[in-house]
Amino acid sequence: MKKMKLVLIGNGMAGIRTLEELLKIAPDLYEITVFGAEPHPNYNRILLSPVLAGEQNLEQIILNDMDWYAAHQIKLHLGKKVTKIDRKLREVHAEDGTVETYDRLLLATGSLPFILPIPGKDLTGVIAYRDIKDTNEMIAAAEQFQHAVVIGGGLLGLEAANGLRARGMDVTVVHIAEWLMERQLDQVAAQLLQTNLEARGISFKLKAQTDALLPNEDGTRVAKVRFKDGSEIRADLVVMAAGIRPNTELAESARIHCSRGIIVNDTMQTFDPLVYAVGECVNHRGSVYGLVAPLFEQAKVCANHLAEFGIARYLGSVTSTKLKVTGVDLFSAGNFMGGEGYEEITLADPASDVYKKLVIKDDKLVGACVYGDTADGTWYFKLLREEKNISSIRDSLIFGETNIGDVGHEGHNKAAAMADSDEVCGCNGVSKGKIVSAIKDQGLFTLDEVRKCTKASASCGSCTGLVEQILMNCLGTNYSETPAKKAMCGCTDSSHEDVRIAIRENKYLTQKEIRENLGWRTPTGCSSCRPALNYYLISTWPHEAVDDPQSRFINERAHANIQKDGTYSVVPRMWGGLTNASELRRIADVAEKYQVPTVKVTGGQRIDLLGIKKEDLPAVWKDLGMPSGHAYGKSIRTVKTCVGSEHCRFGTQLSMDMGVKLEHMLFGMYSPHKVKLAVSGCPRNCAEAGIKDVGVIGVDSGWEIYIAGNGGIKTEVAEFLCKVKSDEEVREYAGAFIQLYREEGWYLERTVHYVQRVGLDYVKDRILNDSQKRKDLFDRLLFALKDAPDPWKDFEQAGVDLRQFKPITVQTVS
Amino acid sequence: MHSQTSGWVYVTKIDEIPIAGARVVTGGKAGPIAIFRTADDSIFAVLDKCPHKGGPLSQGIVNGHAVTCPLHAWNINLSDGCAIAPDSGCARSYSIRCESGDVLLSVAELASD
Repeated sequence: MKKMKLVLIGNGMAGIRTLEELLKIAPDLYEITVFGAEPHPNYNRILLSPVLAGEQNLEQIILNDMDWYAAHQIKLHLGKKVTKIDRKLREVHAEDGTVETYDRLLLATGSLPFILPIPGKDLTGVIAYRDIKDTNEMIAAAEQFQHAVVIGGGLLGLEAANGLRARGMDVTVVHIAEWLMERQLDQVAAQLLQTNLEARGISFKLKAQTDALLPNEDGTRVAKVRFKDGSEIRADLVVMAAGIRPNTELAESARIHCSRGIIVNDTMQTFDPLVYAVGECVNHRGSVYGLVAPLFEQAKVCANHLAEFGIARYLGSVTSTKLKVTGVDLFSAGNFMGGEGYEEITLADPASDVYKKLVIKDDKLVGACVYGDTADGTWYFKLLREEKNISSIRDSLIFGETNIGDVGHEGHNKAAAMADSDEVCGCNGVSKGKIVSAIKDQGLFTLDEVRKCTKASASCGSCTGLVEQILMNCLGTNYSETPAKKAMCGCTDSSHEDVRIAIRENKYLTQKEIRENLGWRTPTGCSSCRPALNYYLISTWPHEAVDDPQSRFINERAHANIQKDGTYSVVPRMWGGLTNASELRRIADVAEKYQVPTVKVTGGQRIDLLGIKKEDLPAVWKDLGMPSGHAYGKSIRTVKTCVGSEHCRFGTQLSMDMGVKLEHMLFGMYSPHKVKLAVSGCPRNCAEAGIKDVGVIGVDSGWEIYIAGNGGIKTEVAEFLCKVKSDEEVREYAGAFIQLYREEGWYLERTVHYVQRVGLDYVKDRILNDSQKRKDLFDRLLFALKDAPDPWKDFEQAGVDLRQFKPITVQTVS
Repeated sequence: MHSQTSGWVYVTKIDEIPIAGARVVTGGKAGPIAIFRTADDSIFAVLDKCPHKGGPLSQGIVNGHAVTCPLHAWNINLSDGCAIAPDSGCARSYSIRCESGDVLLSVAELASD
């Protein structure tokens, strides 16, 4: 088949990113042609500020070199400005007469600097700040001249001023508004920023309207800036940084509907179905984005439609701002101004140059403006993006993430304060320096990219916050993980939530149905989505959907825990942590017979036999004669108990008996992640019920139930759910909560994260307020667990493939 | 009796390998070999040793024509045994054939170290 022709106008970051996304999913669909007005291959425009400041050079900011275009057989027209689109003939005409035809056209014409319409704007020495050419002109001017004026005290203007100052010029920033960066900062933060920049030798003239730019005596170059009030200042270089506007000239001349940008729908299609548009030139639902993260989101969606997959939608982005001026820490996001109907929390310590303002509405963080100590910027942005309910942490919110009872190492180290050699990711041994250089050298923009290239935060994920901080510090404004709704994995754009809902509503019973109907890009999924889909199916439709062992991690397939040397560990179940002489004797016999190298008592009151060969597993299980302890699964693990009133002189309740009952009730239960319980017989709480998914504590008058505790990576104390009287109530309330988590939790989400996501109030509402609904949840749990097989014994019912334990031996004749 | 002519040795029936799964074959001089059967019924043979830290690839999750190592989640391309970027390194791959349901490995390759 003959390939279709795709023409891209605009060789910048948004356009090329779209091609990259397209080539990933449909490499052979199009013959691609690219027009670029600049004579350079695609470079990282956002790093022009460090180039101007002399911190990086031009070669370092190239994103796609010429070899990349050649390798993908992309025809590249550099330095050719497109002047006409003929939509009837589907032709694109360039200034030099080049004509290309298209089947699909992609517009990524970016934006143009706004040039003040004042006398003298065309004089030599008056430039905008937009591309490599402008940057080179500024660098050249700095070598020759002394006085620079930057018009515009926004993000771009201040970065330009800082760069020019660093190159030794006297710089004055002229700004029309009352304070700097008025669209990103409130007045207090702006004043702190101004003081900091003044200390570096930059002058400011605020509330100033520029009237004209005056030439020098022979009229060859700009010499002065004159203001409306008649005052004048010297200027050998004037940088216009008074904003940008979408470059729609070409689109408009082709009569494509534009209004403050090229109008596109959620698929990035313009009013001409053959023409798509992405980037700064686009107006999507009334918003024009100038930051890189939203543009990359658009690129991904656009590529999906160009590839004729037809499933992705762009729904708009939440953005944040961070100034890329070395030594200035400033962060803002969302509605940071507040106003009527909003609540504000502020913290101001001018002496140590710290100012924080948080804007809250309906118990959610909706805006943040932080100056000085921005280490928590990423955390605030995350709370804002994910619309987390913050009522429970409100009183310490302003002091940052480390002040909310976090005793783990998440966010404990502040990225900015770390040395390059400091370790960020403890699992994979990745230092800060390695991450920073990967971001810079390989042009990384997202957390996923950093994970792929460096493995940082790719294992346990507890350093994710830290890696996000590093990304933000490196990329400034241009880092933001946009979607609150995150795709499950690279195979799909659907989120965990989307998938769970679709399975429930459409009664999907197989992974194939899900993948086909929700637009999976891979025929069989990957090792991260397959276990999730398998769990969602069997938990949503118990006894109907069929478990797929091949979609399970090896531990749940072999029903033992794989160790680093490929051997396995075996943990037999001891209900409630109780055992007896006969069981202990059998365990001892197994340990001897199979020469088990290590026998260990676990934290969950079990005995772990480590170092067992896979071939021996079925025989070990048989010899033990005990049920599977499920110590290997995303499943019920253990119910830990204290001695309780059976023996203890302080005990108020029969905690061992309760633990055994709960453990029998939950036997064989799979869940989004592991589930651990504990039962203590009195408030001394020897079973450590406060750090369990469900903790039950006996008191004289009954039982207290706690939920969503965690003793892992980050210790989280369980929340009080309710107090009940009878054993049966404990089973019902605890069971209802666990079932709620089983039905709504995302795969690999612990109860603590589930409850943080949906809010404790929601959980209480579902469990406590409606007794019928609670009973329904509990009944569904019991139904799902009915006849749960023991995978160490009921091989067929549990779907255990015994062939895996028998290696095939071949004899070769030599 | 299965023949061992023309340098190939019978290993197992293809149906004895789970779909999207693997079996371990011992007897190769370089160590255990993982033989894979993918969802589209292709078969592959790779030394059962991840190039990263020696994890048993036979125990991994098979997706498409790749396997994810159970130890540290490296993805290994089954057709050549090589890690998928950004990881790098290769596990040795073996020739494998399927003739009317019989899975065969090369005698010479099994015997080489």
